[in-house]
Amino acid sequence: MSALSQALWVLLLGSLLGLELVGKVPPTLHTPLMSGANAISGITVLASLTLIQKAGDNQALLLIGALSLGFALFNVVGGFLVTDRMLAMFRRKGDN
Amino acid sequence: MSTNLLTDAIDLVAVLLLGLGIKGLSKVRSARGANQLAAVAIALAVLGLLIEIRPGPMAWLWIAAGSAAGGLAGVITALRVPMTAMPEVVALFNGCGGLASLLVAVGVALFDSDGADMVALVSIDISVFVGAITFSGSIVAMAKLQGWLNTPAWTQSSLRHVVNIFLAVAALVGAVLLPGDPTGLPLWLVVISSSLLGVGVTLPIGGADMPVVISLLNSYSGVAAAAAGFVVGSQLLIVAGAMVGAAGLILTQVMCTAMNRSLLSVLFGGALGSGNQGSSGAAGGEQGYSRITSCSPEECAMALEQAERVVFVPGYGLAVAQAQHALRELSKLLENHGVEVSYAIHPVAGRMPGHMNVLLAEADVPYEQLIEMDVINPEFPRTDVVIVLGANDVVNPDAKTDSSSPLYGMPVLEVDQARQVFVVKRSLSAGYAGIPNALFELPQTAMVFGDAKAVLNGLLSELRSMGVGKVKQL
Repeated sequence: MSALSQALWVLLLGSLLGLELVGKVPPTLHTPLMSGANAISGITVLASLTLIQKAGDNQALLLIGALSLGFALFNVVGGFLVTDRMLAMFRRKGDN
Repeated sequence: MSTNLLTDAIDLVAVLLLGLGIKGLSKVRSARGANQLAAVAIALAVLGLLIEIRPGPMAWLWIAAGSAAGGLAGVITALRVPMTAMPEVVALFNGCGGLASLLVAVGVALFDSDGADMVALVSIDISVFVGAITFSGSIVAMAKLQGWLNTPAWTQSSLRHVVNIFLAVAALVGAVLLPGDPTGLPLWLVVISSSLLGVGVTLPIGGADMPVVISLLNSYSGVAAAAAGFVVGSQLLIVAGAMVGAAGLILTQVMCTAMNRSLLSVLFGGALGSGNQGSSGAAGGEQGYSRITSCSPEECAMALEQAERVVFVPGYGLAVAQAQHALRELSKLLENHGVEVSYAIHPVAGRMPGHMNVLLAEADVPYEQLIEMDVINPEFPRTDVVIVLGANDVVNPDAKTDSSSPLYGMPVLEVDQARQVFVVKRSLSAGYAGIPNALFELPQTAMVFGDAKAVLNGLLSELRSMGVGKVKQL
């Protein structure tokens, strides 16, 4: 039970943090922010890795884990790169 | 024990960096660094987990295979996609994130549910439900933005609510039954009915509202990740998923405000101007106009030549025609001629808030010339010429004056205040909202029919033949 309540606390505090962090966003940044947050949500790679680890010799589970890892990494890698491509364009003149 | 301490420390640093990353992404100056920071945070989190679980050789093999395939596909997609297709790509990535969470939950339910307690089973429920909706909803959103899917007529009737409620109930029944039989029918009932629910909820929504939906689905994928965190017992995953979920919700709300739409009406109201979505305009859209003035690029060029102050209003049509660079060239020419040039950017210009800024930045338009709506609106009365390029609903004056218009209340660019307005458009087809634009009939408005790029190139050659731009250079 304590593990659960600890996890729920983590959930609660994480949500509050998320609400707090994105206060005022200029419209210019809506698309990059969405895309960046989207990349972060691919952190579910952690779950995929854990699943593969737990699978042992179960080939079917290994396959599901690897598939899920592939999709999650596609999200993470693609998401961060595409966000970087977008933001690279703002940077050039933002600094001048 | 020392390994635990190490991995705990890595996790904490990762959470800290993620938080700083999300925070930094909301400011122009820090955004790029913040994005890289968040990427480092994820890499750290993965490293910490690998140290903690020490995968065996068999596991490494599968990890390598999955990572290589997913990572490579991600790199290729991210580097090759054109900037115009950004919203679709974000939807695609997001859908895959949802699918990953769904697969984890299904895998655990099928093969690892023997020792699972109630918490784990409920988490599997949530992860499958939200993951499936995220996946199928995102794919539908992508397909609609790409123009692969139209809005079927039945989805605009109240029948869709019946269908969706039925699917939701089916998913709920499956979810309730799942703890008794985690590997059998209930699991698949949840998977299938929530996938269909994702389709059923997203399909009726019109293209103009799609960015809001993608943002909301992005928030869902955070929730799915957090639920997957409960399934596999990873606090880091829970906190990161919760942060993305909450931040995505706020961003969705901010976008709704910018578009003057309420989230509820986006989700349940159906497409604006129902039925007109995606219908190839010319057929249905041209009725209703009686006083249209059209003019040639020559006349437009003459007006530009005499203007002192010109404002361009770029819309998605400009991007589709790949005309950003031609536009940039035209405005350089006008600047050399001594004309004051700026660009009016509606908060939802393009297909997503901020999308147009990205597209114009790609064409090297100076940042200072992009003027936000609130700043430029008071400037229109002293503007000589406004050129609307592939924008429609965001310049519709009905949004201010006609309370019966579906757009009523949406903040628009008040181009009707300018002395002369040219609207460059392929035809008189309706915009995303599927309704006629009163601007086109105003006496100071003239339509220049044609592809945005072709018209801009026409204007360029007309102006050059008039000798514009040469004067200053000599």
